[in-house]
Amino acid sequence: MRIIDFNNPDKPVNLLPKTPTGIVGLDKITDGGIPQGRPTLICGGAGCGKTLFSIEFIVRGAIDFNEPGVFMAFEEKAEELTVNVASLGFDLEKLQAAKMIKLDHVYIERSEIEETGEYDLDGIFIRLGHAIDSIGAKRVVLDTIENLFSGLNNEAIIRAELRRLFQWLKEKKVTTIITGEKGDGTFTRHGLEEYVSDCVILLDHRVTNQISTRLLRIVKYRGSVHGTNEYPFLIDRNGISVLPVTSLMLDHNVSTERVSSGIPSLDQMLGGKGFYKGSSILVSGTAGTGKTSIAGYFAHATCSRGERCIYFAFEESPRQIVRNMLSIGIDLKEHLDGGLLKFYASRPTLNGLEMHLVAIHQTVEEFKPDTVILDPITNLITVGSVSEVKTMLIRLIDFLQSQQITVMFTALTLNNIVNEQTDEGVSSLVDAWLLVRDIEFNGERNRGMYVMKSRGMKHSNQVREFVISDEGLNLVDVYLGPEGVLTGSAREAQRLQEVTGDVLRKHALSMKDMELDRKRKVLESKIATLKEEFDSMQDQLNKSYIEDQLRKDVIEKNREQITKNRHQSE
Amino acid sequence: MELEEEIWELRLYVAGKTTKSVTALSNLKKYCEEYLKDKYVIEVIDLLVQPQLAEGDQILAIPTLVKKVPEPIRKIIGDLSNEEKVLVGLNIRPAKKNE
Repeated sequence: MRIIDFNNPDKPVNLLPKTPTGIVGLDKITDGGIPQGRPTLICGGAGCGKTLFSIEFIVRGAIDFNEPGVFMAFEEKAEELTVNVASLGFDLEKLQAAKMIKLDHVYIERSEIEETGEYDLDGIFIRLGHAIDSIGAKRVVLDTIENLFSGLNNEAIIRAELRRLFQWLKEKKVTTIITGEKGDGTFTRHGLEEYVSDCVILLDHRVTNQISTRLLRIVKYRGSVHGTNEYPFLIDRNGISVLPVTSLMLDHNVSTERVSSGIPSLDQMLGGKGFYKGSSILVSGTAGTGKTSIAGYFAHATCSRGERCIYFAFEESPRQIVRNMLSIGIDLKEHLDGGLLKFYASRPTLNGLEMHLVAIHQTVEEFKPDTVILDPITNLITVGSVSEVKTMLIRLIDFLQSQQITVMFTALTLNNIVNEQTDEGVSSLVDAWLLVRDIEFNGERNRGMYVMKSRGMKHSNQVREFVISDEGLNLVDVYLGPEGVLTGSAREAQRLQEVTGDVLRKHALSMKDMELDRKRKVLESKIATLKEEFDSMQDQLNKSYIEDQLRKDVIEKNREQITKNRHQSE
Repeated sequence: MELEEEIWELRLYVAGKTTKSVTALSNLKKYCEEYLKDKYVIEVIDLLVQPQLAEGDQILAIPTLVKKVPEPIRKIIGDLSNEEKVLVGLNIRPAKKNE
């Protein structure tokens, strides 16, 4: 191994060669596997999975990487081992027949052994060497070599021989895993870590509140970067999976695509289009406020678009959810049958939190959904503290967002007062937060819904009444009147009252119209009379005017006549 | 001695001609001549030559002396320098007997 060649910077740096273990997740943490051609120590208490870990290393090597392996067992007999790992789907007999694996059980029975004088452990070297050579092994497991210490008395010889053994294995260029029982204050009971200094992996099995979690930590890895955290791991029918903590950077892609919540009126509150794809949504509320119904609608909407959805139910069984959703007009069964919807129901107490996370990871990676629903996250608190749940959810959200999966959590709030620190502290993590709240008024309870926050979109600041009926969910505008916000029957009553008022008002209005009409008629008749009077007066006046004119004309004529007469007389 | 009729089948596993192996073999021969005259068979197995035999008798240490008959099976590891222990291990001398 060397660092950088200054004369030729283009030449790739020779990094420590690594052997992939084939164990899901472990190769990610170790950035490629365990050191090639060197021994690695796996230590931990009883029942923490050391043997399984090492056997999986051998089996994966044989199946996935075509590297034969030798498994030298100091504890279990070869037949026992074969039976024990058969449950994980590993067929050791077949692999042995194919010369890909060799099992060798080293049996040490103290009562049968008498020690006298000088000896060495060449027997083990010869057996191991023979096994390695017979199948051309690249991988070796020694499980648990510390049993030598209980079988033999002369510790000085064992220590010297172990040192020689590990050196010899390095020379043989086989990648070795050595398992060791955890001791008091040391990684192994007999201090094997002294001899194996390249890579040490510690397994732990922790029980908190009666819930067990298996954890893995890389204590030491010379010449390589590695994750230093404790990583939970799960042993299931597929073997071991280690869960790497997902990226702690916030650098995932974001989408501007919007997805409908399945409730048109809710979409309307969210700028008319619904949530962002790949965002996280929290629905919180008190008991019986319809959180699961909202989740059911969202699942239905997802599947109706032809997308895939996983529903993690921690409270109800899948059938119960399907039945209950049917009562509000949502048929989830067709999506279940169509393979678009998948339920994953488990009691929170089934596993530790980390296990749930691992299980969710696995299910998500297998099913590749577009939407994930967790209903409800509150129940997880029974298996972990608030901060643990929060950490888990951060990691979950991180993981889902990196995959562009929309996630909806539901959470139960225990009191009616909106507590900003509620909901396992996730409210600050999520992108959208819907709060469904009981509004108790006038002797009945009604549901009110608020959009507490919704990042990156305009959203309604109004409280809406949330109505669940046979036809489904709907959001109704609450009545905002002089008496404040009214919901439920009070809203209905208020509405009726308004209708009554309307009718009365209309009636009153028509009465007034008639009155006016009448008045107008009176007015009109008066006007007619006055007009008549005016006309007759005008006639009279005209008459006198004409008479005057006539008289004036006659006088004029007369005068002219008189004047003429006078001139004639002259 | 009630075991007089039996034949001691002894196998000595060695890995090449090391000092320890040679010492062990000469010690073994000496004890057998002394205590089991004409009642023993010694088979020396060199694991460098026949490594596949190591597994059958569960050999870890070298040299190892395996007594298969008479029962029970016992293994004595080391160069057999402690006579007392070897004799106890071979059931020639009971462990608690004081002589």
